[in-house]
Amino acid sequence: MQQDFLTILMFMLFGAAFVVLNMVAIGRLLRSKTKYTAQKSATYECGEPTFGGAFIRFDIRFYVICLVFVIFDVEVLFLFPWAVVLKPLGWLAFIEAFVFVAVLAVGLAYVWRKGDVDWIPLHGHQAPGARLSEMDAVAAPSSAVTAPSSNPAPVTAAADG
Amino acid sequence: MEGLGIQLAFYSFAAVTIGSALLATMAKKIVNSAFALMATFFGVAGIYGVLGSDFMAVTQIVVYVGGILILLCFGMLLTDRVPDEFRVRSPRRYVGASIAATLTFVGLAWAISGTAWARLPHITDGSAEALPTTALIGNALLTDYLLPFEFASIVLLVVLVGAARVARGGTR
Repeated sequence: MQQDFLTILMFMLFGAAFVVLNMVAIGRLLRSKTKYTAQKSATYECGEPTFGGAFIRFDIRFYVICLVFVIFDVEVLFLFPWAVVLKPLGWLAFIEAFVFVAVLAVGLAYVWRKGDVDWIPLHGHQAPGARLSEMDAVAAPSSAVTAPSSNPAPVTAAADG
Repeated sequence: MEGLGIQLAFYSFAAVTIGSALLATMAKKIVNSAFALMATFFGVAGIYGVLGSDFMAVTQIVVYVGGILILLCFGMLLTDRVPDEFRVRSPRRYVGASIAATLTFVGLAWAISGTAWARLPHITDGSAEALPTTALIGNALLTDYLLPFEFASIVLLVVLVGAARVARGGTR
């Protein structure tokens, strides 16, 4: 069985060597030999020039999403051994894993209900839906009354969220 | 030849693990520590692979490299400290860390010395090659250890709800 891991190891080593050889050895042979200037490492039509450090404070909701991810990561790990023996064990194993997943689906429903997986900004600027309905109200007060009822829903979600 | 290759692989992975762990503890910047920790996790996964524990090796990659490390990076980016102030060098922290490290070491050493390695199936039957463990674990989980298996999902559910609540500030 260690032979299988040897294959993976060889694959990884070959991949790493491939990248390093191409970028360092072959690249050195092929690239032009002109002198280095500061212009050469400048951003060239690759988006905006950056400003500030990369070390910024993240929104806490990234962290919650990550926590949820780790939990379901572990869930998937439990399903690996199950998938391997599913065929010999049959329907009973299927039902057992179904219960396992169903219990965790409650967790997904919980974070969904609590708005942890929603992507409406909590603060700063308002939700797109909210801004739209406000503009409606300003531009045409009569149309705000008859606006579809689905529109105000994001407003309350953003306020509660 | 076969044994030598395995030994070489084991010591290489051990060197990667220990070296990157040292780098993680001594790096000046916390971000570098996190990257060194990635190498540590990969090294440990390699050791699991060398020792024929395929499921543990995959677990190590999927959970630690793919999950815990990302969580750690987010944790770093969530604080309002400037990056250079991360290393807290107070004596009290050293005492706490030493106690935790010693207890972990003693616990692991106790578990390792207490395990009957010589009675592992692939050593007793002389094949010297460990069988793939994933199917064995799956079989055990779905038959003899079904209750712990289902209980694990409840534990994960409790952890999920609790962690999400605490991360949100513990108010809602």
